[in-house]
Formats: sequence, structure tokens, C-alpha cells
Amino acid sequence: MTSTSEDLISLRSPSPSPSPSPSPDSTIGWAELPALMSLMDGAEKHGPAATSTLDTLWVLYDRVLRVSPDTAEAPDRDRFLLSKGHGPMAYYAILAAKGFIDPAVLPTFGRFHSPLGHHPDRTLIPGVEIGSGSLGHGLPMGVGTALGLRARGLSDPAVWVLIGDAELDEGSNHEALAYAGAARLDRLHTVVIDNQSATHGWSGGIASRFSAAGWSAVTVDGRDHEALHRAFTQPHPGRPHAVVAVVEPKN
Amino acid sequence: MRDRFIATASALLDEDPRAVVVLADISSDGFQDASRAHPDRVINVGIREQLLVGATGGLALAGLRPIAHTFASFLIERPFEQVKLDLGHQAVGAVLVSANASYDWPAGGRTHMAPGDVALLDTLPGWTVHIPGHPDEVEPLLRDAMAGDDLVYLRLSAQSNGAARPIRPGRFLTVREGAGPVVIAVGPVLDDTLKAVEGLDVTVLYAATVRPFDTPALRAALTGRAAADVVLVEPYLANTSAPFVSEALHDVPHRILGLGVAREELRNYGEQHEHIAAHGLDPRSLRDRITAWLPAPV
Repeated sequence: MTSTSEDLISLRSPSPSPSPSPSPDSTIGWAELPALMSLMDGAEKHGPAATSTLDTLWVLYDRVLRVSPDTAEAPDRDRFLLSKGHGPMAYYAILAAKGFIDPAVLPTFGRFHSPLGHHPDRTLIPGVEIGSGSLGHGLPMGVGTALGLRARGLSDPAVWVLIGDAELDEGSNHEALAYAGAARLDRLHTVVIDNQSATHGWSGGIASRFSAAGWSAVTVDGRDHEALHRAFTQPHPGRPHAVVAVVEPKN
Repeated sequence: MRDRFIATASALLDEDPRAVVVLADISSDGFQDASRAHPDRVINVGIREQLLVGATGGLALAGLRPIAHTFASFLIERPFEQVKLDLGHQAVGAVLVSANASYDWPAGGRTHMAPGDVALLDTLPGWTVHIPGHPDEVEPLLRDAMAGDDLVYLRLSAQSNGAARPIRPGRFLTVREGAGPVVIAVGPVLDDTLKAVEGLDVTVLYAATVRPFDTPALRAALTGRAAADVVLVEPYLANTSAPFVSEALHDVPHRILGLGVAREELRNYGEQHEHIAAHGLDPRSLRDRITAWLPAPV
């Protein structure tokens, strides 16, 4: 089920929000996301972690990522890797809005037979590229995915990894970002959701860690859809690209 | 063995467009020619072992068949959570090829010894574990691993038997037949084990693949015996395969003698043969320990 290159071009072109969904079957928009999220309940909601990613995920899935339920297995799809796997309700709501999963499964969130855990499992949910939950695994796997696409001659697909500012504490991220800059992995993108939850903070700023390693890096308001879209689509020839999306502090 | 691995992996890069080699500096000199021929499929991430395994998982997710390689201590022990989550949990396959084994460089000390690598992998589902006992066994085992899409660990060592055996990947090989106990020798300990049991009435099975455990071969070797007595000789932690013997013989009363590397840290340097002797794995020690354990003749 590989989409044509025409499809990919039309999906990629910027369009005003809310834009037509990549899925012809889905007409659910931004305004309906709170209703979808409210279908998920359970003892563990991961509180503020659940909504810190909402705007970034929406702008990515609505306007940036070239992937749809029909192309979820296509070799030339864009890859989105949710590394910060906790608080996945916004992610699940958007996957439902975009037609990857049936909204009817959302109320099963966290139950024994549900595909929707409090951390996602790629083998249970269509369109989910990695299982995550333990922090610091997405960016190294994103590096490998970008290397693999390059080795296969697939120079077009973009790889996106979403991490959190506290997740950046994990040293594995620093192995990955140092290497990615040196290797000039320009199809690799990282969004850092910064809700200032890292215990010791990041003196000098998060973006500086990336730019020092040879990345293109920009810091934006993580609730401003136009600013996010501009940051996500900013050209970054020859370098991987990091977007630090600042949202309200967790505490 | 490491030279044969490099030669075979380099040939596989030429033959198989899915093949990709991921390194963390160790052995990168040996892959220089392959790297020039396949710059996108020989990847050296530097001294970053979490990234080594994480990127290996990502390469598999992108549809390639990665071979990740470094010393066993840095391939299995240091990034163990990456082995667990970035490979198995993602439901992707990879071939991990280690060097240095339990005490290939004893002068390097504990930091470069990994006698617990196979035991660690035993906590995870789905791993095939090959322990070649001779450089000539490396190529068929690596080629067999690359032909699949599952999780394979190939454990290379500087310790070697005098000659390769006609192995079939995944199967124990019957090297000697006798009426008494069955001795299972894993990889490079075969020669010393054969010397140890000279003149004893035992069967010797040779395991160049130790996972999955070849239960049918063990049960067949014990067919018709009055007692199910099994000796394990392993070049990593003693008794690592004992639970697998117990499982294979779950419905039969049996005795197990597990010989291998001791759990206690030696804090000695020196040469490999000195460590083999210190762990009681030289032919004389093996013979003493096996004969002491054998049931007294009735």
C-alpha cells in the first residue's frame, strides 16, 4: 500500500489549520480532541504529561507527517517515534482522529485486553512506530531508522522523535544526538517538549545541546500552532533538526 | 575467530543489500575496506554502546538485517536494556556478534570479561545463541544467522578447538558415544572436555548452538540408559544451561554436573590458560570433577 509521489507532495504542502486529514475516512479535527481524550480514563493518567504534547502532536500529524492509515506500512512513509511514552492519551486521541485506530477502543485504555497501554506497544497499535515507556530509547532508534532509510536509498522520508526535557537526562540521548550531528543525519528531527520538569534543569538551554553537536535547533512556543509549523518545516540542509517546544511548567 | 567474522561479514555486505554492520570503534580497523565499499552500511557510532544497540533496533525497523559488534561486556552487559527493549520488545531481529568472551584478555581484568552474557540473554525470549568452537565454524553460523530475521547472538572467543566440526546450526553434534553419562561440551571447551573423558564410558555432545537448547538430541542420547546423568561444560558461567537440561528432562529423574566459569571474581591477570585452570576447566581438573561426581559402581 505505497502512496504515489503525487499523494506525498499534496500531503506535504502547507495548509491552514485545520487542514484536510490525510485519512479520507476521518473528519475529526482539533476541536474534538478533548472529547476523544475524555474517553480514556483510569487510575494513571500521567497528569500534565498527557497534554504537554497535544499541540505538537496535532501539528505534526495534521500538517507535517506524510503518513496515513493507508501508508502506515509504506517504505517511504515519514516515521514518528514517540520516545516519551508516558502520558500517551494525546497521542492515542490523535491516532484516532486521523483514522489509525477506532475511537471505540479509547475507553479500553489500560485494560488487560486493550491495545492501548499507559505506554504504547508498536505491535498492538497500527501506525505506532516504536514501543516506548523507558526513557531514552527513541532517539537512538530514530538514529538507526534514519541510517537504515539512507542505506536503503530512501532519501525522502523524514524521521521524527518526540522526547521530553526530563527525558533528556538519560545519557543515551546524548550518545545519539552527538553522533547524529557528526553524521549529518539531515532526515532526523527531534521535538523536545519542554515543560521544565528536568530535576536539575538545563542551564544554557536545551537547544544549545543540539546546536553544539551540529544540529539545526530552534525554540518555540509549544502551544502556538503556526510557530510550531514554521519550526517543523524550517529548512536545515545537511544537519539534523531539533525543535524545543516550550509549554507551561509541569509543577 | 574475529578475523573470520570480519571476512564473512564483509562478504555478506557485498552479497546482501539488507546487511549492515554497526560498530562502536572495536574492530573498526578490520572493516575499513568494507566501509569504503559500503559507506552507508558500515556504521561506526564511536564509543557509544547504548546507541550501538538502539541504532541497531532502528536499522531493523527500517527493514535492514543489522550485525552489531563489540566486546561481549559492552554488547550485552552494558546496554542490556537496549537489548531487551530496542530489539525484542520492538519485535525486530538482529545479529549481535561479540568478541573477548569470558577471559580472552585476562590481563585486561574484570572490565573486559563477560562470563554472564549468555545467562543474561536467557532472561529474554527468542534468542538463538551460537558459540563457535573454531574459526571455521564462524562462517556457517553467521551465514545461517543472516538468512533469518530473528534474534541471534554469536559469541566469538580466542579460545579454540584444534579442528572445526561438521556442525549443523541449531543442533548438537554427537562426537563420542558411550553407555554412561552424557557430556555436553559448548563451543571452544570441546577439546579439553574430550581429553578429560578419555577412557571414560561417556557420550559427548558438541554444542556450537546452545539456544534453543537441543532437547531432542539430549533425550535421544539418554535413550535406554538406566540413569539420566548429564555433565555440562560451558565456557561462561557454570550451570547456565542447567535449567534447560532440567526442562528437557522434566519427566525423568536426573543428575546434573554443571562446569564452567565461577561466579566469584578472580582479581587475577595473566594468561587465558591460567584462567581456564583457575576455573577448573583444564582437562585434568575437568576429569577429577567428573569422575568424583560419577555414581560409584554398584
